[in-house]
Amino acid sequence: MTAPLHIGFIPLVDAAALIIAVDKGYTEAEGLDVNLVREVSWSNVRDKLNIGLFEAAHLLAPVAIASSLGIGHVKVPIVAPFNLGINGNAITVSPALHAAIMAEIDGDRFDPMATARALARVVAARRESGAEPLTFAMTFPFSTHNYQLRFWMAAGGVDPDEDVRLVVLPPPFMVESLENGHVDGFCVGAPWNSIAVDRGVGHILHFAADVLVHAAEKVLAIRQGWAEKNPDVVVRLTRAAIRAAEFIEQPGNRAEAARMLARPERIGVEAEVIQRTLDGRLKISPDGTIRESARYLLIGREGAGRPDPVQAAWLYSQMVRWAQTTVSEEALKAAMAVFRPDLYDAALGVAARPASRPVGAFDGPEFDPRDIAGYLASFKIFRRPV
Amino acid sequence: MTAEQPPPKAEQAPKIVIVDESPIRAAILEEGLREAGYSSVVRISEMQSLLARIYALDPDIIVIDLENPSRDILEQMFQVSRAVRRPIAMFVDQSDAASIQASVDAGVSAYIVDGLKKERIKSILDLCVSRFNAFAKLQDELDRTKMALEERKVIDRAKGILMKLKGLTEEEAYVLLRSTAMREKKKIGEIAQSILTASELLK
Repeated sequence: MTAPLHIGFIPLVDAAALIIAVDKGYTEAEGLDVNLVREVSWSNVRDKLNIGLFEAAHLLAPVAIASSLGIGHVKVPIVAPFNLGINGNAITVSPALHAAIMAEIDGDRFDPMATARALARVVAARRESGAEPLTFAMTFPFSTHNYQLRFWMAAGGVDPDEDVRLVVLPPPFMVESLENGHVDGFCVGAPWNSIAVDRGVGHILHFAADVLVHAAEKVLAIRQGWAEKNPDVVVRLTRAAIRAAEFIEQPGNRAEAARMLARPERIGVEAEVIQRTLDGRLKISPDGTIRESARYLLIGREGAGRPDPVQAAWLYSQMVRWAQTTVSEEALKAAMAVFRPDLYDAALGVAARPASRPVGAFDGPEFDPRDIAGYLASFKIFRRPV
Repeated sequence: MTAEQPPPKAEQAPKIVIVDESPIRAAILEEGLREAGYSSVVRISEMQSLLARIYALDPDIIVIDLENPSRDILEQMFQVSRAVRRPIAMFVDQSDAASIQASVDAGVSAYIVDGLKKERIKSILDLCVSRFNAFAKLQDELDRTKMALEERKVIDRAKGILMKLKGLTEEEAYVLLRSTAMREKKKIGEIAQSILTASELLK
């Protein structure tokens, strides 16, 4: 057995591959002694990974990139040999905002362009009547949630920095804040959207997969320096995560996986709620309407586990679009180098795999990492660097 | 900057905000800061509209416990925004690994707005760490006292059972418990608990 590894995670369904890898004994079978540490904030996970209290962590993909580039915080290069989840978020709004959007919608209610344009009309009407701007919450400044929410509303003509308030809220506070009217909507991962619907205080307006067909959500993050000194451990840990993802993706195993994940020291919510997410079969409104999507959350299928540097480039482009950083060729290269398909392939013992999948955003041209400036120039709404 | 200019406002009386859901710990920390001469200390225990309140207070230093999920809310301050001043995180300066380690162990984190001298920051952080540790020690003692009290109750009940069943005096019952514990290499509380369990089963 190796020296004990300390791996941080946030209780969210997309930590599933990591949790199952440990609790199903896959890490032990690889000779790894893993101590999973449940954390309360992304800041804690990032800091403990940065200063070496954690060897690895379940981390927001954009935080791994921001940390590697030194954006907004100390620069600590991170590598991601495994993608813990593709998609998995949803945009949930209060019953009042849902009704307002549905009253304005011109088109299909699952079409993000139709809802975004309707939102723009709601925002304009509120401004005219002198009402307070709408408040939307997301989980972290460097998060897919932030970028998905911004991408969606900006497509309809809503400037996320000028027309609404966009605030950070820890996931456990989301539902309560929606209920007491502190926020009108949010973008968060599972299980929180389902909990809002179950409590009758929210409607799931969009699955994140409506906004982007294929978006890297969380990664298995390892400090680059440590990974280089312990290549063998990285391979074994990655292999255990790949096995766990394969286990979870077998529909016959979902109930068992959901039960393991539901334990209080892991995610700590009802197994049934977790299974809805894994199955991509979600109750989207308090009246019991069910919506199914095979793309709701991908843990191992469709090559979800293999990190794709094009995904990292897209996330970097959003940091530029929203003025969290400025564009540079060097930074782009560094961002793409965070996602390490080579390490994934080494763990699997196979050579090069198929080319990357398109990000598949519902608005704008197809993303090309070789022309970030050109890509961003096609969007009318963006933030000027201050 | 010329010599005549006064030092930045922050150097005179840095305004410190403590964000902590534990009112006792926050009070202990505030007391420590006041004793050290930091007179401008505000405590926030309510996490609702946290950022708005912090912006209104415009502090030089924000201290927050690491068990508080609201730490992520503070990260928003690093974003370019209309907010007045941008803080830097304690962990940004990695030159002092030992003090970072100490603060993580103690469970406290700090955000510092520009304008404070490094030595000053260090002394405030050290104080936070020692007060957080003092609180943890207090908590620990309290837990142990509670446990000891619980154990006393269990032992008293076990003594009562022995006295009744075997016609012993209280002292004899205690001696029996103690000698059994020694022979079995167990704690006296454990022996007492097994007597309670057994008597429940045999009821």
